[in-house]
Amino acid sequence: MEMPIPDEGIIARKERIVQRLQSVIPHDAVIHDPAETRAYECDALTAYRCPPLCAVLPSTTEEVAAVLRVCFEERVPVVPRGSGTSLAGGALPTADAVILGVSRLNQVIETNYDDRYIRVQTGRTNLSVTGAVEADGFFYAPDPSSQLACAIAGNIGMNSGGAHCLKYGVTTNNLMGVRMVTMEGEILDIGGTYVDAGGMDLLGVICGSEGQLGVVTEATLRILPKPEGALPVLIGYDSNEVAGECVSDIIKSGILPVAIEFMDRPCIEATEAFAKAGYPMCEALLIIEVEGSPAEIREQLDKIKAIALRHNPVEFREARDADQAARIWLGRKSAFGAMGQINDYMCLDGTIPVSELPYVLRRIGEMSKEYGLGVGNVFHAGDGNMHPLILYNANKPGDLEKCEAFGADILRLCVEVGGCLTGEHGVGIEKRDLMTAQFAEADLEAQMAVKDVFDPRWLLNPAKVFPLASSEQRRIAAE
Amino acid sequence: MTPLTEQDLAEAIAMSSGPLSIQGGGTRPIGKPVTGTLLETKGLDGITLYEPGSLTLVVQSGTPVTKVEEALAAEGQRLAFEPMDHRVLLGTTGEPTMGGIAAANVSGPRRIQVGAARDFMLGVRFVDGMGNIVKNGGRVMKNVTGYDLVKLMAGSYGTLGVLSEVSFKVLPVAERQLTLTLHGQNTKEAVASISKAMGSPFEVTGAAHLGGTTHLRIEGTEASTAYRCERLVSLLSGEIVVNQDQSAQTELWRGIRNVQPLAGFDTVWRVSMTPSRAPDFLEMLQREHEIEVLMDWAGGLLWIGSKADPQPLHEKLQREIYNYGGGHVTLVKAALKDRTRLSVFQPEPRAIAALTNGLRARFDPKGILNPGLMS
Repeated sequence: MEMPIPDEGIIARKERIVQRLQSVIPHDAVIHDPAETRAYECDALTAYRCPPLCAVLPSTTEEVAAVLRVCFEERVPVVPRGSGTSLAGGALPTADAVILGVSRLNQVIETNYDDRYIRVQTGRTNLSVTGAVEADGFFYAPDPSSQLACAIAGNIGMNSGGAHCLKYGVTTNNLMGVRMVTMEGEILDIGGTYVDAGGMDLLGVICGSEGQLGVVTEATLRILPKPEGALPVLIGYDSNEVAGECVSDIIKSGILPVAIEFMDRPCIEATEAFAKAGYPMCEALLIIEVEGSPAEIREQLDKIKAIALRHNPVEFREARDADQAARIWLGRKSAFGAMGQINDYMCLDGTIPVSELPYVLRRIGEMSKEYGLGVGNVFHAGDGNMHPLILYNANKPGDLEKCEAFGADILRLCVEVGGCLTGEHGVGIEKRDLMTAQFAEADLEAQMAVKDVFDPRWLLNPAKVFPLASSEQRRIAAE
Repeated sequence: MTPLTEQDLAEAIAMSSGPLSIQGGGTRPIGKPVTGTLLETKGLDGITLYEPGSLTLVVQSGTPVTKVEEALAAEGQRLAFEPMDHRVLLGTTGEPTMGGIAAANVSGPRRIQVGAARDFMLGVRFVDGMGNIVKNGGRVMKNVTGYDLVKLMAGSYGTLGVLSEVSFKVLPVAERQLTLTLHGQNTKEAVASISKAMGSPFEVTGAAHLGGTTHLRIEGTEASTAYRCERLVSLLSGEIVVNQDQSAQTELWRGIRNVQPLAGFDTVWRVSMTPSRAPDFLEMLQREHEIEVLMDWAGGLLWIGSKADPQPLHEKLQREIYNYGGGHVTLVKAALKDRTRLSVFQPEPRAIAALTNGLRARFDPKGILNPGLMS
């Protein structure tokens, strides 16, 4: 993966930069010893690593502003970091960059049940936001699978989704306001404890901008009353096509489940070997979850069952209680771990129109044979967000490169059928150079124009999102 | 000018040097009046793609809303964000367009449950102020590829670009609705009742208050609405009338959506604020001003009508909102001279204005797209 050549001048000024940073935040919040900066050399995309110049861990918005002012004056690139769980390399530093970690900004500022919001500092983990309100019967809806570890800052940066966004939407649909610090160190409040922007929807473009427009230190999040209950069903089919038709028929029938998950045979096999969830051996497996009171759940499940049976499933299994529900989810939730037991894997994240599901799965199967690399598919079928897991051997020379080429082909296929490169993980460095498959020059220009306005020197996370060739002139001009 | 294709639209804008007044159906003359050559989108008319099984719809920007609603109804689906039709309130004629809904981010009562127009917009194609055709987003429900310019276009009133195509997520129509009505409530009691209902798991899809009466809507299957209604009735104290008449309820919520009760007022503001702060805010206003209020969005959206000289109240609204938890005030309906002299949109803090002006300067360097409209 190509990254910009680090600025030797900045590296030479490391001592001075560290001293300046130590003059505005506590000494222990500036990590500059090479043995310690290594902890920040990568995120969850571990194939690429580079220790940063140094890392800073501010504890307040004012400290973030002070750090950014120093970096702006010194013209040092800044890579914002939540918990470092990005699968796209969103928090990968360069040797001349300062990592700005928000982990010490982890307080709940205010909860308000009358108006149904919570204000938190963004270093707080996703799950702990729900943790702060669940005793009172509320929850925060976006639930990325890394929710135990991932920070709200990263969720906002990547506009994270989760399994339940078919009903509740993704981060952008649940974000009411932010406090954000610009690269110049100015503190802005955008949005608030009311819905909809007044003028231009800056909040909408900040969410999902991968830390390139500012550092978000506080967020106002919409919280929702917990549903009375939820239960899943498991349905097995002997072909991907039929499973796809079943999904489409359920959606057309007017039922809106909170989640529709899909696993194909390679994934079912791996999961069974690992988690022994008792899944049927078949070509395609659906897990569909509905919510409501016991009677409401019954009513929806009966409708789903009627539709499912019309397509002749090889298995239809209902959960009668929480224990059985957990058994149904067990395999799905351990799918990634299971695939990891067999091999190294790369997890993709393209989205396709739901109608193209059977065709895309068939093509992925064909390409898998051509490349000689196995692939398992596990994904959110209700909204077409796919997660093909390509298996490779990291110790075998050339295998990673082959895997990357296969992944790129799958993502191009997603774009060809009317979809996109990434549904919830973000572009980062991983899909940066594929952006031209989805966007024409004018499309990328319009996006980069937004960055020009927010960060004219292109210092915030500069080597991400846009192909290096597309952003090169801007990055050079800003130096 | 009425271009018939996106290419024609791009050429028209590329060749323009003077201000353009951009118009869909012309039913929502919101913002500062713009003097300029009329550029209409109604020539861009048609449903490009509709896949009920994928809940997706792609339309050209000038497509009439009625045409889309008919196509969706035939498949038992709808625009769930319930876009307001401004003709009743503003006394305008013409056909509202899908591009107009997107450009003004127009939603209705169901916004509190499902989200606003901007939450249902999956993708856009637009022409910027230089005549470049730009696409962003797409037609899939989950998409984080690059910056979300779709949101930026929603509610930017054509000042960043002229929409040529918009993709929307659609949802199934509910089998049945029920409306619970509480009479004789003041705004404080109304917001308290609504807040209790909104904090329950019974998914209220409309919560409005007008003239001492509070309405709460639930939607779903026959069994589900009956159950939720029963639970809400026992949760809320006081006398509750349950309306089961489907068409009467449709009329009621259409009236709320379109702010029909304030149609007779010369001046109408739209205030977005924190719901629990609304009663005190209104009480403060009513001490000195004679106003009529329609409260929607669980108290988070106030429509305020007045027959007096709008200037003193206007300035008070835009100033005092900061003392009541923040929000924004838009002068939606007013005489031309008032729309010209008053700041129609909530004035932005200096640093925010620098960003929005900066964006306009980049997307429309000639300053020809609805110039000044959002000031």
